[in-house]
Amino acid sequence: MTAAPLVLLEGIAKQFGTGETAVRALSDVNLAVGPGEVVGLKGPSGSGKSTLLNVIACIMAPSAGRLSLAGEPIWDERYLVRDLRRLRRERIGFIFQFHNLLPFLTARDNVALAMTLAGQPRAQARQRAQALLEELEVGRRADAMPARLSGGEAQRVAIARALANAPPIILADEPTAALDSERARVAMDLLRRVARERAAAVLVVTHDEKIFDRFDRMVALRDGRVEAEVLRSA
Amino acid sequence: MNLALADIRHGIGRFLITCVGIGLLLGVALSMVGIYQGVVREALALTRSLGAELWVVEQGTRGPFAEASRVPGDVREMVARIPGVAAAGGLTLRTAEAEGPQGRIRLQVVGYEPGRPGGPGSLVEGRALGGARFELVADARSGLPLGATLHLGADRYRVVGITRGLVASGGDPLVFATLRDSQEMQFRQAPPAARRALAAGALPAVTDTVNAVVAVLHPGADPSAVAETVRRWKHLSALTAAEQEDLLTRSVVQRARMQLGIFTVVLLFVSGVIIALIIYTMTMDKRREIATLKLIGAPDRTIAGLVLQQAMLIGAFGFVAGLVLLLSVRDHFPRAVELGVFEVAVMAGVTATICLLASVLSIRAALRIDPQQALGG
Ligand SMILES: Nc1ncnc2c1ncn2[C@@H]1O[C@H](COP(=O)(O)OP(=O)(O)O)[C@@H](O)[C@H]1O
Ligand SMILES: [Mg+2]
Repeated sequence: MTAAPLVLLEGIAKQFGTGETAVRALSDVNLAVGPGEVVGLKGPSGSGKSTLLNVIACIMAPSAGRLSLAGEPIWDERYLVRDLRRLRRERIGFIFQFHNLLPFLTARDNVALAMTLAGQPRAQARQRAQALLEELEVGRRADAMPARLSGGEAQRVAIARALANAPPIILADEPTAALDSERARVAMDLLRRVARERAAAVLVVTHDEKIFDRFDRMVALRDGRVEAEVLRSA
Repeated sequence: MNLALADIRHGIGRFLITCVGIGLLLGVALSMVGIYQGVVREALALTRSLGAELWVVEQGTRGPFAEASRVPGDVREMVARIPGVAAAGGLTLRTAEAEGPQGRIRLQVVGYEPGRPGGPGSLVEGRALGGARFELVADARSGLPLGATLHLGADRYRVVGITRGLVASGGDPLVFATLRDSQEMQFRQAPPAARRALAAGALPAVTDTVNAVVAVLHPGADPSAVAETVRRWKHLSALTAAEQEDLLTRSVVQRARMQLGIFTVVLLFVSGVIIALIIYTMTMDKRREIATLKLIGAPDRTIAGLVLQQAMLIGAFGFVAGLVLLLSVRDHFPRAVELGVFEVAVMAGVTATICLLASVLSIRAALRIDPQQALGG
């Protein structure tokens, strides 16, 4: 990895609660993800995968360590950035386990919403949302409500939404859990393509063995520590 | 794309049912305001219809509505001669029960001298009273049609004219009779009592008594000055139209007004609590969507806007539903339900304020939703 990392964690720890009931969810985690890289995060349930993703997404403050995103220091004992929502809006694209599309907006408007939140004019946002959906091969379903989409279609729309503001960092928590193996692989290929084309850092939490071969690198967590990093030949 | 509207459209059935529910509540609150206004207007209907600018009543009383008053009939001539007075008429007032075509009805009988002040303002049907005896002009609220006959006292009367919206402060419909008829109705003693009185050597009972004399003034005459002149006479007191109206609304219907006013406030308070609960439930049902919005970076104002706009839309649709409901049933109320543009506008403002306050709780709760709630199952 030659380029500067887009996601950089140094000695990150996260502790829930204090005293006897304290849970150390993360301990001394060091991780760097560079542009165009697709990294998998695996580990048994309770090993801290979600916690790690939440820390990177700035939804959860770490207890110790340093966090930088896209070269900018974000956390060092405290948040160094004031508007975290703006940071998420502009730098981070999210893909959820259950796609989390807003049920009351059409597929296109779900994608366009992310753009208008970032300040794009509505008409332009709709147009670009449509283009993005076409690119992900769900352009035909742009006017459908999420409830009418198949699992695979919904996940593509969710990916389109994550890409809406061309974020340098894409985080996904079990994005293929609701998909069959064929669609899971297709979705992963899509993420790989996006990472390459946009030089984005993609971090995917998964315990879906079917897609392990789709990652550049696999990070294994156990009890909140990085147990192993398996580098795959690109 | 407006999030509030999109969410409402998505669950339009539930939204409409909610609005109908709120509409029923606001409809009741609106009808309270209407009934309140109706009580005030009905209290003033009689005095306004008579067009009297001055009320001359018995000394020491604030009659003839707030207190009983009796003055000799010839006071009318004295009043008519006061400078500034254009015309004066004697007036009797009396409640009566009569057998109407549809059962017993309570009436307020007004006796006046046709051609002099004290008669009904305008008729919607038939003609005014003339010289003939045993004729009535009745208000439509009595249910008496034109040409109907009914017994009042010992005599049989026929309805020759119909008015609309003329009731006494208690809501009883007004009927007008000539002064002479009504005096006989009111003051004539039953034959046995009259005979006893005569046998005892008394003079025949004086029947030329009225409850008040009403006067119309010349243009430019000062009502208070004329009232002052009347008050200098022994045995008489006077009220200007303004004083009479003030007395009617302040004293005669005061309790009814307060009762309705307090009830309206309670009802609005209850509406506020219910609207707040509904908005809170609606917001909490969208917990996951709100968490997702936060996660994809929606600022607080987007989320507060979503809740507030929905609260306002529920209030607006509920208010319109309530208003339509009330306007479609208000003619079936036993007493007047008066809703003017002003009252509707004020109530709309009150509803908007209630919705605004009701949404504060939900907005606070929405802003506290943890974006982590969007994750996980
Ligand atoms: N909000 C929280 N409060 C307390 N403990 C938590 C919280 N979130 C996670 N944990 C604990 O932290 C550990 C790691 O959880 P998590 O990151 O969800 O694991 P994974 O996603 O790998 O299953 C678990 O022991 C879990 O119980
Ligand atoms: Mg998890």
